[in-house]
Amino acid sequence: MPDQIVTFILQVLNGLKIGSVYALVALGYTMVYGIIKLINFAHGDFIMVGSYALLYTMPIMVSLGMPAWIAVVMAIAICVLVGITVEKVAYKPVRKKGTNMSALITAIAMSLFLENLAQTIFGAAPKPVGTIFTFPDMIIGKVKVNGNTILTIIIGVSVMIALQFFVRKTRLGKSMRAVSEDGQAAILMGINKNRTITMTFAIGSGLAAVASLMYCASYPQATPTIGAMLGLKAFVAAVLGGIGSIPGAMLGGIVIGLVESLSKAYIGDLTGGVITSAFSDAIVFGILIVVLLVKPSGILGKNIGEKV
Amino acid sequence: MKKLSMKSTIINFVVLFIVFGILIVLCETGILSNYIKGILMVCCISIIMACSQNITVGYLGQIALGGAGFMGIGAYTAAMITKAMASANILVGDGAPDTLRFLIATLAGGILAAIFGVLVGIPALRLRGDYLAIITLGFGEIIRVVIQNLKFLGGKGFSEGSAGQALVGINRIANLYVVFWVMVVSVALMFTFIRSKYGRAIIAIRNDDIAASASGLNVTFYKVLAFTVSSFFAGIAGGVFAHYIGSLSAASFGWLKSTEYVIMVVFGGMGSLTGSVIAAISLSALPEALREFSNYRMLAYSVALIIVMVYKPTGLLGTYEISVTRLLNRIMGKKEPSLHAIKAEVEASKASEEDKEVQ
Repeated sequence: MPDQIVTFILQVLNGLKIGSVYALVALGYTMVYGIIKLINFAHGDFIMVGSYALLYTMPIMVSLGMPAWIAVVMAIAICVLVGITVEKVAYKPVRKKGTNMSALITAIAMSLFLENLAQTIFGAAPKPVGTIFTFPDMIIGKVKVNGNTILTIIIGVSVMIALQFFVRKTRLGKSMRAVSEDGQAAILMGINKNRTITMTFAIGSGLAAVASLMYCASYPQATPTIGAMLGLKAFVAAVLGGIGSIPGAMLGGIVIGLVESLSKAYIGDLTGGVITSAFSDAIVFGILIVVLLVKPSGILGKNIGEKV
Repeated sequence: MKKLSMKSTIINFVVLFIVFGILIVLCETGILSNYIKGILMVCCISIIMACSQNITVGYLGQIALGGAGFMGIGAYTAAMITKAMASANILVGDGAPDTLRFLIATLAGGILAAIFGVLVGIPALRLRGDYLAIITLGFGEIIRVVIQNLKFLGGKGFSEGSAGQALVGINRIANLYVVFWVMVVSVALMFTFIRSKYGRAIIAIRNDDIAASASGLNVTFYKVLAFTVSSFFAGIAGGVFAHYIGSLSAASFGWLKSTEYVIMVVFGGMGSLTGSVIAAISLSALPEALREFSNYRMLAYSVALIIVMVYKPTGLLGTYEISVTRLLNRIMGKKEPSLHAIKAEVEASKASEEDKEVQ
């Protein structure tokens, strides 16, 4: 196999890895947006909460003689708790009283709050996160694949399949879909709307914790602003796939991951060095702008006419 | 009516001159240290920025998170122009020449920011609400990344430039007196803009864009106009900032900076320029006064913001404007001429809001 193809395959795998992280985070955005029509700006920061939770629970678990993976469960629990608290303390009262705009401002404020709280408690300096799982590297012919990459993709895909099953088949999943379809009608059908919203936040935050595990496997550092850019890009993924659509978020995440990794590798050569890999953030946002202008409902989203 | 507005204009100018007089006295007698002058400068910049953001966030009723990007365009443009003029030896020298150079460069920064405002606004303002917030954030970040990677906007600039570095060596020719009047003129222009027929059209679009377009207003035009005016003044603020601070780095024009100004708007009241002025002054000066707590600044802001949103979603002042004329009238015991009309209007708007909630 020529070297170019080997690099290309590696880049694609890299893209799939970061793409599955984006997909998990995008799922959180899309589920919350689907149900309460709010861009949860703080969602990216749940990833940050997750990575700090991993960082601090892991040594505790090890010193208690328990396996390190229990830390993952703890991190998910902490994230779920934070997610539910954010919903109950800030979003719910604003949703009752204010407009869409005040809800959006609250979400931005919540994001700032979490970031700055983390900075006050843990300091601004990055802290190393230990590895939980080690997976042997795989060598297929000339291609040497990092174990973490495979593990991340496997976790991502299995979580997505499980989520799809949950939303399609279980009672709670069906009620979530019902509330996002038509909140008032769902209440008339006997669905507890508030509990469903809380559950949506819980699941979304739990997914963010899993995403933080996957992200820390490749970039083992926790900083207060780890979630800001990651969250924004995942949001772009959610919009690309069609916000409110769960398969859309998965697709969007993978596409954004692939675009990012491939553009980092090849954009310099393709444009003769005019646009370099330093522009990769701008490229992701450029995709967002194009999608919003050409098809605001996204690839898999439904086109809904506006009500007067 | 005309006589009345003439009178209040004179009153406002008298008050402004008194404030300016106090400023001159304090500076010349040396009571104000350079440190405090710096804080006042930052206050002026924040006031221009907060008012400009209020035009989109408050009056147009759309959250735009790209303000800092336009501020960045204005700052870099103005800095490059003064650099160019300095190297060509045009208008260099203490006093009037430097001030003129500063004003020309700042105005040019504003104009370029406004041009970019039109370019970004035309596609972006087809969207609204959450999507508009996100797309403006996206544009702001693209502006930041592009500035960061342009070779001639880093290091010493122009041919000696190198990408990814801060732009250094900008003449620090922003004089507090001049900046004060730049701020006053900017705020006055924004105020008259909002009170003009264009401003009223923008407010009508905020209240109900479908009704506004049914009444024959070109919604897209007015939206882009509001966005452009807002970008222009953001550019002006950027130009002042560049000549105050002396070096620029693209990282300081990210979306977090934009949210800081949106926070000021929200605190002051969405749709109240005087509210923005007060919020800008207090939010820029308070952290300096409470230096020990500077680590908790953003933490406190975000908590306060959530509380404001929960209890008063339109911001502290709402759409109320503080007026010196009204204050004077009250002190002198005169009755306000149109208080009755205002009350009736408020009642009506309350009733219509209740209708909305019922729906």
